[in-house]
Amino acid sequence: MSTIVVDNTFDDPLRRAPLVLNHDRFDTVTEEVCRVNEETHPPLAWYITFGISIFLFGILGVVVLYLLATGVGVWGNNAPVMWGFPIVNFVFWVGIGHAGTLISAILFLFRQKWRTAINRFAEAMTIFAVMCAGLFPAIHVGRIWVIWWVFPIPNQMAMWPQFRSPLLWDVFAVSAYFTVSLLFWYMGMIPDLATLRDRARTKLRAIGYGIFALGWRGSNRHWHRYERAYLLLAALATPLVLSVHSVVSFDFAVSQLPGWHTTIFPPYFVAGAIFGGFAMVVTLAIPARQLWGLKNFITMRHLENMNKIILVTGSMVGFAYMMELFIAWYSGAMYEWFAFRNRMFGQHAWAYWIMIFCNMVAPQLFWSKKFRTSIPIMFFVVMCVNVGMWFERFVIVLSLEMDFLPSSWGYFSPTWVDMLTLLGSFGMFLTLFLLFIRFLPVIAMAEVKAIMPQADPHHGHHDDDDDHRHDGGKAEVKS
Amino acid sequence: MTTMPTSAPQSTPAGNEPIPERHLYGVMAEFTTPAQIMRAAEKVRDAGYRWWDCHTPFPVHGLDRAMGIKPTILPILAFFGGLTGVVLGLLLEVFTNATGLEFWLVVPVRGYEFLVSGKPFHSYPAFIPVIFELTILMAASTVFFGMLVFNKLPTFYHPVFKSKRFARVTDDRFFLVVESRDPKFSRQKTRALLEELDPVSMEELES
Repeated sequence: MSTIVVDNTFDDPLRRAPLVLNHDRFDTVTEEVCRVNEETHPPLAWYITFGISIFLFGILGVVVLYLLATGVGVWGNNAPVMWGFPIVNFVFWVGIGHAGTLISAILFLFRQKWRTAINRFAEAMTIFAVMCAGLFPAIHVGRIWVIWWVFPIPNQMAMWPQFRSPLLWDVFAVSAYFTVSLLFWYMGMIPDLATLRDRARTKLRAIGYGIFALGWRGSNRHWHRYERAYLLLAALATPLVLSVHSVVSFDFAVSQLPGWHTTIFPPYFVAGAIFGGFAMVVTLAIPARQLWGLKNFITMRHLENMNKIILVTGSMVGFAYMMELFIAWYSGAMYEWFAFRNRMFGQHAWAYWIMIFCNMVAPQLFWSKKFRTSIPIMFFVVMCVNVGMWFERFVIVLSLEMDFLPSSWGYFSPTWVDMLTLLGSFGMFLTLFLLFIRFLPVIAMAEVKAIMPQADPHHGHHDDDDDHRHDGGKAEVKS
Repeated sequence: MTTMPTSAPQSTPAGNEPIPERHLYGVMAEFTTPAQIMRAAEKVRDAGYRWWDCHTPFPVHGLDRAMGIKPTILPILAFFGGLTGVVLGLLLEVFTNATGLEFWLVVPVRGYEFLVSGKPFHSYPAFIPVIFELTILMAASTVFFGMLVFNKLPTFYHPVFKSKRFARVTDDRFFLVVESRDPKFSRQKTRALLEELDPVSMEELES
């Protein structure tokens, strides 16, 4: 496959930027994407990262067992910080997931065609991130064997969940979110699984992919319902994703605690979730496109577009930081103002300033196109955001340290179990993600083919008069 | 991969006896571009066929209209799915948190009047989030499973899968199949009609 470097980041509204580079046929697209799953050996880097990830995943298993056998006392959680790392990690991981749904649903409704190259693995990221997120509240209850109490299961005790509690709303929001994301992800994958089935060289692959492809045969009568179903799922996932992080923010906002009890929380959390999630998508996309040669699909324009979203949502988050600070002062509520002064200059001030630098300052580099399109700089920025978004939740949760009554003030410091659980959750996430890259279609081939100019039934009909509007300009660099 | 050089359409799967009439599933023509399948679909539609289908690697824009497919009722079903979610969520919350009703559901189940910080039993504002999530969940499940049911998926066996060339339907080829059960189907005439559309290959499918 030719790898002519094409600059498709130009901002000329008269020319439509090509989204798939160096391909003017459908079969070469199939070939290049399926190679990721079909090569006998993945790149060496895959083995190395997989080894490290699965090791960390193993550590997660060990520390969780240790926790369950011993009790939540092995964590740094104390009174008054009853919610320590588990809730920080939970909110962090749920937030990561949101970018996947934004790409798959909201950008679909907005007809952003560039989403097709990244939606599959962004959705995979959503699923795995929500799985990591779900782990933390489950182990945080301490007695995990009664976790079924959170679900309304009829029982001999006539005991039901308390539906007025935001923590219970969370159970429903996150489980609905996980289920809908999984359906959406799987449905999008059916035609591509059929591609892998039809290309299978071994019986095992043919049967394995065949079962999950459900006998898909590309019938247009099927496509008709499929497309309608996809649109409906996108339309349903959009309010869902906005509601999920709003509900997560209610865990805090519905309480009476200074620093938590604010109405800005739902929109601020949603913006932050999308912000952090996009950073994670870029973090994963940069090595993936490099290692598996997917630069013709995940082009610089895709990365630049994501960086623009990071800039916008990052600025929204920054605005929210400033606004909650301003309101804390302007409201004249002394406890509120104390909580914010404490965040800025108190015992965990360093965490606050890391958050401010990583989430508010670093993304501002993306105002410059040069930085937006430079791999090292964008990698630096997205790593900052990954760190910063974790610290944002840390800062919020640590408002617990100093509430109304000085006699109940305390100090939180994580233990080694806290640290290893956090690290282990990254292991779990990356293990699942690397397995996904190896065995499932990483790029939505059917969708990518559908946005190529060649997919338009009228392609080439009126090339004489308005050639440049179709795919002209730099798109004409052929392989 | 290279383009298929076949200009001479085959009449039967290579090396096989002609398919007896009663085992004939239909005739399949293969095309290389979306424009071709579009034109073919319009022709077949105008010829008055009813039992036929196009198979494409991706949804071709406008092909639904060219085939004359009626809009699906999935959106309406989605609405009722969502409505089920609303009712289910509301009943669940009111029953479990605001009533002491008892009834049999395999085992005896009983509601409980939860009194939390003196809040009213029927705290509808607090019930909204769960109702909302269940609405979305039920609507989305209806859409997904409705799509599968209407499309009769999973269907692991289908006559088109017998064709070797058909494997490229998930890659880069476009197929049109006219089924023998169509009242207008005739082995010769249907073939002649498809032949006019300049396919790269033609095949008869065994049911």
